[in-house]
Amino acid sequence: MSLRTLLLRIAGLIVIDAIALQLVLGLGSQGSTLLAIAIFLVTLVINAVFLVERLYPWRWLAPGLALMLLMVVYPLGYTVYVAFTNYGDQHGFSKEVVISQFEHEYYQPADALVYKWTAFLNPPASSDQPLSPDNFVFWYVDPDGKSYVGAQGHEGLVSADTAEGVFGKFGERDSDGIPKSIGNFTRLGRLEVVRYLKTLQSVAVSSPPNLIHITSLDKAPAETQKYTYDAAADTLTDHETGVVYHTDAGYFVPASGEGQPLTPGFISSRGLDNFLRVITDPNVRGPFINVFLWTIAFAVGSVFTTFVLGMIFALALHSADLPARSFLRSVLIIPYTLPAFISVLVWVGLMNPIYGPFNNFLRAIIGVSPQWFSDPVLAKIGILFINLWLGYPYMMIITTGALQSIPSDIYEASVIDGAGAWSQFQYITLPLLLVSVGPLLIGSFAFNFNNFAVIELFNKGGPPISAATPAGYTDILISYTYRLAFGGTKGIDYGFASAITLFIFAIVAGVTIFNFRFARRLEQVSENV
Amino acid sequence: MVVAHRTRNNFFRLLVVLLGCVFALFPVVVIISSSLNPTNTLVGQGLIPQQISFENFRKLATDDIHPFLLWIWNSIKVSGISTVITVALCAAAAYSLSRFRYEGRRTSLLMILVVQVFPNLLAIVALYLLLLQLGKIFPWLGLDTHAGLIVIYTGGALGFNTWLMKGYFDTIPRELDESAMVDGASHMYTFVNIILPLVRPILATIAVLSFIGTYSDFLIAKVMLSSSQNYTFAVGLSLFIRDQYNQQWGVFAAAVLIGAIPIVLLYLLLQNQLTSGLTQGAVKG
Repeated sequence: MSLRTLLLRIAGLIVIDAIALQLVLGLGSQGSTLLAIAIFLVTLVINAVFLVERLYPWRWLAPGLALMLLMVVYPLGYTVYVAFTNYGDQHGFSKEVVISQFEHEYYQPADALVYKWTAFLNPPASSDQPLSPDNFVFWYVDPDGKSYVGAQGHEGLVSADTAEGVFGKFGERDSDGIPKSIGNFTRLGRLEVVRYLKTLQSVAVSSPPNLIHITSLDKAPAETQKYTYDAAADTLTDHETGVVYHTDAGYFVPASGEGQPLTPGFISSRGLDNFLRVITDPNVRGPFINVFLWTIAFAVGSVFTTFVLGMIFALALHSADLPARSFLRSVLIIPYTLPAFISVLVWVGLMNPIYGPFNNFLRAIIGVSPQWFSDPVLAKIGILFINLWLGYPYMMIITTGALQSIPSDIYEASVIDGAGAWSQFQYITLPLLLVSVGPLLIGSFAFNFNNFAVIELFNKGGPPISAATPAGYTDILISYTYRLAFGGTKGIDYGFASAITLFIFAIVAGVTIFNFRFARRLEQVSENV
Repeated sequence: MVVAHRTRNNFFRLLVVLLGCVFALFPVVVIISSSLNPTNTLVGQGLIPQQISFENFRKLATDDIHPFLLWIWNSIKVSGISTVITVALCAAAAYSLSRFRYEGRRTSLLMILVVQVFPNLLAIVALYLLLLQLGKIFPWLGLDTHAGLIVIYTGGALGFNTWLMKGYFDTIPRELDESAMVDGASHMYTFVNIILPLVRPILATIAVLSFIGTYSDFLIAKVMLSSSQNYTFAVGLSLFIRDQYNQQWGVFAAAVLIGAIPIVLLYLLLQNQLTSGLTQGAVKG
């Protein structure tokens, strides 16, 4: 190996390590320990693989494997973790983060020290930059008439007598003894104070253990910390009201049992509750059963209808002397070549109950214009209809292939036995077809089980079942999950959504494993034919 | 009599197929007609436009609030980059799994097989939170970025495609690369100059399928992207048309035509290969 290759390789590793290090440190400080550890381990392995000669074969595998670990295996593990927690909009952060938020809340006690304040500004170099708290220093006068200087970036107030050494030289003083400038900071006039009031109010100057906040045009009280956390007792005390809170189900609730819990709550374990809610919570159970049954019906119905129609077309085309056969086949395949999201959106327009061309056509033929989007039953029929249009070409393609593999001498033999066209189909074609396309039908079932685009684009899962649940009549499990996690209007619950995705995963994985076995058994069957 | 029977038989076959063609073409014809019809509304749209104009296409190209051409470009960009990365990583991984024998190989194969049973759209919540966390450190990799989306698509596509590609690599006789190695070729040289040319069919198939799969994805893009200039075509089109079917039908039809062209072209170019791939699956079971 040449020196140049080695140097290049080391340079590459240094770049990767630098990026990874930044990620690991950043994630660690955010509290995303699990992800930080995962990235750290993956990086370590990559380094080993590219430095140790014995691990050469892994060099080819490592990049793909690393990406797969990060984007598939880690999310899978994280989904399992979240499914056992209450993660959601009410419980968005870890307990440590929430406690630290509470500990940064301040209030003004009745006996608070109230300063009179004067602000000084040192504007940023360019006028485009917005003002930040660092652009200000303050002159405070306490009720006894003593003066101090303070700024957000500086811990503690400095007595006016010694402040020149810290903040810069004072300018000319007025009759109250307040200077016109401090270092590079110029005193603000009345009008400017009003103009910058919003920024000024956001400045918090620390004067341990207090925090000085501007509350009005001349008053700046020293506020004290509202909550303190006692790690040993696991309680949070509100010093303003005297209420002691303890933890319960991801919230800080009053220990006395009376009064409201504090918001926001924090992420905590829910045990198996997310899974059991499907059985125990009547508000969830009803819609869930609805959604589950419709998911099965939708997947089975789609496979059945598309297979039947696809097979009919394949059989019709299965005749060598049909004119323009390959052209007609290409036309029939068109729905398959269009991206599904486009086709669904087009059909939704065509099926518009008032103006849609398809509904106009139905009105002309059968005299009714079906309300596809407001009637629960018609909505389901409409979805199956669209999915039939989308799905039959695939079935036609695979059936055509399977038909070609059925030996013709079987048919000849059956004719001698006196079989008609129907019994030929019933006893020869269909069974042999099912043997060879069976696994693909199961695969199609698994695909439709998670066919989010059709459901979401048709009617967003609607019409709605009731106000109590985000689920609609046409929601399948995956779109229900989407609504629980990202629906927005009825509360976000990542925990419950993750539990449902695990449920879907169990079903899909079960079907897939069954499919492998089934495929093997069918192979044996077809060998015996 | 046999001839008469056959003719009648073929007549029925033809009838069924022609009815099917009407069913298949109905939406396509309405869309083409609507895109050329200067009436932008859904009212009175039929199979044949009364007038023909390219007004809708002009509107589509000049609409600043709904930048369709940008959305289509975003889709092509995201799908294209994902596809290139997927094919490159899969080919390298398949080379390792097919050509080397080492400890951990079987475990890796098993892991890939198990992982591809788990569609990554089921981990959508975890992926969302993952990008949220990554974005706080590298904003270019966070939510609402194309890089984040590409990483998710690529990661999700690797399992299945590596498995597929490895199977194809196994059909290439090992003697070929072994003789090259005897002549002193490095693994890299063998991979690029001997293996890759031989596996071009599977590379093309995987490239096209993963491009189409990514281009058609709706769920992941919808969850991850939130600003209009980053939308992919699927997300942009669905948000544009929702509740506007009535007023914007003509522009929608024009956008559909332009957005569908890349995919239909791909199919036409590789129709035989893709169809035979599917058929093979059916016959092999």
